[in-house]
Amino acid sequence: MKPTEEFQQTDAATPQRDDRHSMLALLRAGRENMLAQQREQWDARPQFSRLVTSDDVDVTHGPILYLEDVSVSFDGFKALNKLSLTIDAGELRCVIGPNGAGKTTMMDVITGKTRPTSGRAFFGQTIDLTKLSEPQIAHAGIGRKFQKPTVFERHTAFENLELAMKTDKRARRSLTAKLSSSELERIEHCLETVALSAQRDKLAGLLSHGQKQWLEIAMLLMQEPKLLMLDEPVAGMTDEETARTAELLKGLAGKHSVIVVEHDMEFVSSIARQVTVLHEGSVLAEGTMDKIKNNERVIEVYLGR
Amino acid sequence: MITQRLLTTRAWGVVIAVALLLIVLLPAANVFLPVDHSLHISTYAIALLGKIMCYMIVALAMDLIWGYTGILSLGHGLFFALGGYAMGMHLMRMIGREGQYQSDLPDFMVFLDWKEYPWYWSFTEHFWYAALLVVLVPGALAFVFGFFAFRSRIKGVYFSIITQALTFAAMLLFFRNDMGFGGNNGFTDFKRVLGYRIAEPATRATLFAITAMVLLGAFLLCRYLVTSKFGRVLTAIRDAESRVMFSGYNPLWYKLGVWTFSAVLCGIAGALYVPQVGIINPSEMSPANSIEIAIWTAVGGRGTLIGAIVGAGLVNGLKSWFTVAFPEYWLYALGALFIVVTLYLPNGIVGLVRKRARPAAATPAAAAAQGGNA
Ligand SMILES: Nc1ncnc2c1ncn2[C@@H]1O[C@H](COP(=O)(O)OP(=O)(O)O)[C@@H](O)[C@H]1O
Ligand SMILES: [Mg+2]
Repeated sequence: MKPTEEFQQTDAATPQRDDRHSMLALLRAGRENMLAQQREQWDARPQFSRLVTSDDVDVTHGPILYLEDVSVSFDGFKALNKLSLTIDAGELRCVIGPNGAGKTTMMDVITGKTRPTSGRAFFGQTIDLTKLSEPQIAHAGIGRKFQKPTVFERHTAFENLELAMKTDKRARRSLTAKLSSSELERIEHCLETVALSAQRDKLAGLLSHGQKQWLEIAMLLMQEPKLLMLDEPVAGMTDEETARTAELLKGLAGKHSVIVVEHDMEFVSSIARQVTVLHEGSVLAEGTMDKIKNNERVIEVYLGR
Repeated sequence: MITQRLLTTRAWGVVIAVALLLIVLLPAANVFLPVDHSLHISTYAIALLGKIMCYMIVALAMDLIWGYTGILSLGHGLFFALGGYAMGMHLMRMIGREGQYQSDLPDFMVFLDWKEYPWYWSFTEHFWYAALLVVLVPGALAFVFGFFAFRSRIKGVYFSIITQALTFAAMLLFFRNDMGFGGNNGFTDFKRVLGYRIAEPATRATLFAITAMVLLGAFLLCRYLVTSKFGRVLTAIRDAESRVMFSGYNPLWYKLGVWTFSAVLCGIAGALYVPQVGIINPSEMSPANSIEIAIWTAVGGRGTLIGAIVGAGLVNGLKSWFTVAFPEYWLYALGALFIVVTLYLPNGIVGLVRKRARPAAATPAAAAAQGGNA
């Protein structure tokens, strides 16, 4: 299945109104196709990395991400302390926890930015994340949104998506790379999805904070990751933007596995099925939001403060 | 802006006009017009402008690595000097027996009482081999050094300091007589290049025209690079390297590619410089020379290519006037110029001109993004 087809398919079922509404409708229509698409999502697609040789992520046993007893210490201080966590394929997981609990450090470990002092991190059954570099992990299918929106400020919104797009990313290919018409269409479509079509040729540095957050999410989508990780995606967003982001993320689950780190409890309640609470570098509790809300230890360290 | 063109139609017009002027008109006006003709271009002017065009090529190389990729090299003088020395070796051999000691060996080797050329001078009597060295020596050094530096993720001021140390160490090495490169005198007193007398006006005018062609070629090639996806990744590395990595690009190969290309451009500029200026010695590797290259680029405006050319021309034009009028004050003037530009003209002269031309696009980001559309 070509990447554009899934957009076109959903688009056909979507009455176009203004950008924002069409986006929401698109997502709803998208969810209906979710199950059918889920199978295709895991089909082997051509991999362009020379370095990651496994054709695809092996999720035959269910989980797409395993963290096992992962510890990270910075000069003796344990930012992560024997953290164990599994994420199922297609799952939307929220990770909460007070400041300094180790949420960002966990993402750093998964994306190869920080090496664990001990413990194991696997993507699917076969890919050892502790042995790969950041770009290799990105090629394997993990996309990450930073806590502080990180887009290419001196490139236009369009160029940001062009650079993020899943393709051969080796230097020598980039010398002669030209966008095909289907790639062009995908970029335009992605801009539409995050309501940035009108800002297409605007420098990303001139976008509003919320728009930058959305642009970064759109960049992740262009990467077609299997696992998306978002670090505080609604920080600094207006209530309306937050609601739109919640819709977007809910629409992604199923097609992708999603990990969302958030502080905003209301937002977490609105999207979460499974919630993991981190505290002092390890898992304090895990379960549905209701269970978490009534967990005494959680109330003690986090909610009750 | 998305499918940025190599050049706009108007810019092509300017490039072609400048090419005609530099490659044909100026050399012809020097060689064919009588000295008392009002349009005659003096040999002094040709020599000065030829030298400055070599510096412009170096400035382009600096702009690629610093302006576009955000890596400040304070060692580009080394690559320039290496290209110069490679060409110098060939020119030394072409002196033949016309040296003071009328030996087959260069004078400095006779002086050291050497009986034959050391092994690393082999084949340098062939022009093609020297030309190969001009490209390979700076290219290989840059590749190896860059590979380890970029792989270790050495960045910012640390990288700048290491490149500065590298050129300084090379200078000390080349100062030694037993290195076989003429010690602190370097190479000079050249007689011939490709069989032509180097002092002949026609030879000088031809070298001038070749330098102009290389400068224009380098400009177009750099412009191609920065308008390609490769160039967009370079600026992305400059602005948000971690995002580049998490998007699946390995910055190592991009940085290494542009760094090595930049070094090779410097080497070629050095090779063109030596026959025109008539001397190459270790002072070209002095730390101050490399810093000056960065200043040219900053003065003209980083990340625009055209700024590098303008900056190199302006600063060196000023320098040649200053060193005649008030030689002892040049370094102060250069320092003052750098401070003024850093404080008041973050986008250099090109940024200033663009701001005047289009007040609407006055933000630094917009100015930089329109880079090179001149
Ligand atoms: N590079 C680092 N060096 C030292 N300490 C760090 C580093 N990164 C994070 N930490 C510490 O680790 C702890 C966890 O940080 P972080 O993962 O950013 O928490 P969270 O994202 O949950 O707020 C904090 O106490 C922080 O100060
Ligand atoms: Mg954090």
